[in-house]
Amino acid sequence: MDYRNVLTVCPYCGAGCNLYLQVLDGRVIGVLPAKQHVISEGALCIKGWNAAAFVHHEDRLTQPLARRNGGFEPISWDEALDLVADKLTETVQAHGPDAVSFLSSAKCTNEENYLMQKFARAVIGTNNVDHCARL
Amino acid sequence: MDEQTLLAGLRTAVADALAHANGVLALRADHGGAVPHLFKSGDDLSDLAIAPRYPMAMIVDTLGDAWPEARLGVVARGCDERALIELAKRHQVNLDNVTVIGLACSAEQAIECRCAKPYPDALVVGQAVEGIAQDPRIAELEAMSYGQRFAFWSAQYEKCLKCYGCRNICPVCYCPTCALESDLWVETGVLAPPFPSYHMIKAMHMVGRCIACRECEDACPADIPLTTIYAALHRDTAEAFGYVAGHSIDEKPPLLLSLSGTMED
Repeated sequence: MDYRNVLTVCPYCGAGCNLYLQVLDGRVIGVLPAKQHVISEGALCIKGWNAAAFVHHEDRLTQPLARRNGGFEPISWDEALDLVADKLTETVQAHGPDAVSFLSSAKCTNEENYLMQKFARAVIGTNNVDHCARL
Repeated sequence: MDEQTLLAGLRTAVADALAHANGVLALRADHGGAVPHLFKSGDDLSDLAIAPRYPMAMIVDTLGDAWPEARLGVVARGCDERALIELAKRHQVNLDNVTVIGLACSAEQAIECRCAKPYPDALVVGQAVEGIAQDPRIAELEAMSYGQRFAFWSAQYEKCLKCYGCRNICPVCYCPTCALESDLWVETGVLAPPFPSYHMIKAMHMVGRCIACRECEDACPADIPLTTIYAALHRDTAEAFGYVAGHSIDEKPPLLLSLSGTMED
């Protein structure tokens, strides 16, 4: 019998609203506004209010899948990263760095997004960097 | 009464309640604010907090659904107690399993909320202060002509982002199927929502139910003065039916009475 609220940052855009995840016996059941937060001041938009909806959603991907034999097959993270690295190298060698592009995300930290563009520009050699907020 | 005295009283009351309850819902200090938390026997009570307000009755409803047999305590302000009473009338919470630890609001809080009854009947912590007889905004609006009023509300509701925050935070909104999510009334993907039907549907559902906690107005990212409408509803419901939401567990809400009985009375 456990009920607590866990402060977090809304994953949906760059505004940085804070919100509380209501956690009942280890499962996220909803959202409460964070009244003390200087940006959101106890208010949220519709995305923030629904920020918990995907956490335990049955359609949520919980492990890497590879498209094989006309369907998706679960694979390990090591296998998935090797596959991505091989395909990226192969494509860049065959068609040049601008043949690939990188999509980053508001659900990541600033630092993760920095690393993503650094990898795109400095390692691969392309300026094809974009962001989920423009999708 | 200063905050340290209130907190000391609150700690004693929560500790007392934990002697016979499975858990006590109260505010816990967190990251420069405070948030509802279920305290259990043996928990450290040094981080209990007084403010801000949160819709505690709504969470009692959630906890009661999860653990129907659990005996719960809840630190409740006047508005929280009124919400518990309205929810109990509609069979959403079982008050037999709930111990109310009443907390009085300060005079400043009462003015900020324009609250008519800033204390619960089951007062345990703090001293009751007098409420505000009527929301002063009603008089301001009634000084306007019909055209001015319509223009005022039209401009206010034009700001609505359709976040549904006013509904989500409302302690007495609990329907699993919400009229405001029906395509019949509210078209998906269109802003602002239809005026005045969107807000009037909500207002109609608040008759005899809104306990004037102001959570909806606090949660509104567009600063729409939602509770002014509800304050007017309160006044009219009291005048027409003699009914004050959250006043007494024994009074039946007018919209739950049979039509014939209501009309004849």
